Amino acid sequence: METALAFMVGIIAAASIYLMLSGNLIRFIFGLVLATNSVNLLIFVSGRLTQTRPPQIPEDASVPVGPVANALPQALILTAIVIGFALSIFVFILFYRAYQSLGTVDTESMRAAEPGQEREASAGDAGAVAKEPAQGEAE
Amino acid sequence: MSLFVVLPVILPFAVATAALGFRDHPLWQNRISVLGAFLHLAACAALFIRVIRGGIQTMQIGDWKAPFGITLAADHLSVVMIMAAAILGAAVALYSRSEIDADLLRSGYHPLLHILLGGVSGAFLTGDLFNLYVWFEVMLMASFGLLVLGRGKEQLDGGVKYVMINLFATLLFLAGVGLLYGMTGTLNLADLHLAVQEVDNQALLAAVAAIFMTAFGIKAGLFPLFFWLPASYHTPPVAVSAIMAGLLTKVGVYALIRLFSLVFIFDVAYTHGLLLVGGVITMFTGVLGAAANNEFRRILSVHIISQVGYMVLGLALFTPLALAGAVFYLLHNMIVKANLFLISGLSARISGAFELKRLGGLYRDHRFVALLFFISAFSLAGFPPLSGFWAKLILVRAGLETGAYGAAAAAVTVGLLTTYSMTKIWGEAFWKPSPARSESAEGGDTAENPDMWMLVPVSGLACLTLLIGLVPGPFLEVAQRAAHELTHPEIYVNAVLGGK
Repeated sequence: METALAFMVGIIAAASIYLMLSGNLIRFIFGLVLATNSVNLLIFVSGRLTQTRPPQIPEDASVPVGPVANALPQALILTAIVIGFALSIFVFILFYRAYQSLGTVDTESMRAAEPGQEREASAGDAGAVAKEPAQGEAE
Repeated sequence: MSLFVVLPVILPFAVATAALGFRDHPLWQNRISVLGAFLHLAACAALFIRVIRGGIQTMQIGDWKAPFGITLAADHLSVVMIMAAAILGAAVALYSRSEIDADLLRSGYHPLLHILLGGVSGAFLTGDLFNLYVWFEVMLMASFGLLVLGRGKEQLDGGVKYVMINLFATLLFLAGVGLLYGMTGTLNLADLHLAVQEVDNQALLAAVAAIFMTAFGIKAGLFPLFFWLPASYHTPPVAVSAIMAGLLTKVGVYALIRLFSLVFIFDVAYTHGLLLVGGVITMFTGVLGAAANNEFRRILSVHIISQVGYMVLGLALFTPLALAGAVFYLLHNMIVKANLFLISGLSARISGAFELKRLGGLYRDHRFVALLFFISAFSLAGFPPLSGFWAKLILVRAGLETGAYGAAAAAVTVGLLTTYSMTKIWGEAFWKPSPARSESAEGGDTAENPDMWMLVPVSGLACLTLLIGLVPGPFLEVAQRAAHELTHPEIYVNAVLGGK
């Protein structure tokens, strides 16, 4: 069971990295959600999969009797899921706003913060040279 | 006694909540924020004094005994870091008074600032790996918010890149936490120190160490993982740039130091060898990148990377002296770096630009600002007797003592190259005649003068830099104590798990 889940974690993580590297913000979000889930699964498997009883203490005892399941990974995953949700929502909104004001979801053409033109300009691209001072004035 | 440990974490959140209540009253929001920042500073100072007098202070949250509950532990490294963070917080809160406009205040600037401070303090104080992850997320959320607060085009662009890579780094960190837990069955850092020694599968441990190194390397801006940093740090308001430059990468460095002195010391030659190579290349790429830039804040942003290299170098050499150097460097750099960003804001306020070609004449018109820049910039470059000189001197000496001559030579060379970019800013922005005067009349006459809210925090930080430079003894003493604790992890372990 652990082996099967381990492979699943690997496949999901690989898929998520493929999506995140595709240079498109929408795909990046899907990749991110997948990556979050693969990490959650990873923690789940790390806590060992057992078919023992839930970690409950009988009324007349002060410690659990016999082997019980490990509750800690589930607590960790719960925390990670909550944080992951919040971050996903933030990322959705941020990317939407970025799309609104930059007009693109293609990461290659997102160059507002970095003067990529300067490097091209030094390579002798006349169009970029003409563009660069115009941007300077707009600021 | 335990209240002192938890106060620096709780206080910023209380202040953030209070400031949020005054969203529509910018002046009050500001007052609360400044007051809160100084209270935080006082709380950190109180903890600092307790640690200096009585050694490591710990607190078990909810009275769950370590290693079962979440532990907060303040050792010398932690308190040095939170002191520096609190000083920056107070300076930036003051500075924000004149820089942040009412629109940003209404969007929740001050609450985010304090949540950031709280997250950073939590990260410095926690003794639990998963809790460290949570604090990283808290800190990141606040920094995401701060970074895109003005919703400018550049900010959104820089913000997207920052968010992407940092989220990935945090996920990597979380995956590392999961794997480490799977191997050891504990998340308490002190307990991990013991548990890691009993792990049989050294290869897997090395892989997990590499995962952590990558995750924190991204946060710290280590070569070759730094590309997000120059893409985003120059876009938000100056106050935000300053606090992020001063704190966030340093939290990454702190986490590296903490984990690679306490948990991953099973194969120092391998892990710290990697860090050494990474650190040296980081120093060079950072400083060369800075030389190639021509915008005040971009030069400073790329310089952060170079400075991170020095700190990681100190960790990589892994001798008491080198670690003391790293701690001293962290303290010096947090203050100086944030101050340089604030000064870039001052000069932009005076002449209305960040591009070096549009700056000029600051030395003639604003001698005091020039003096402040001079102190910070040449401290960064490592001129005696400023604070950066001592920081670099210790690291170079530690390099020579351990026989890492290449690293020592690199540290000296990079120091020289740093001087190059600092003199470039000095020459262009301060000495060159002002271009605004000749080109347009409005540039020279109507340019605003910096007000007291800006000058006071900048002068304060510059004085602190001078103080560290002129009286390095006490600061070095604290750094050496921190290094002593870092090289003797059993002190930390005993303090957290109870003496044996």
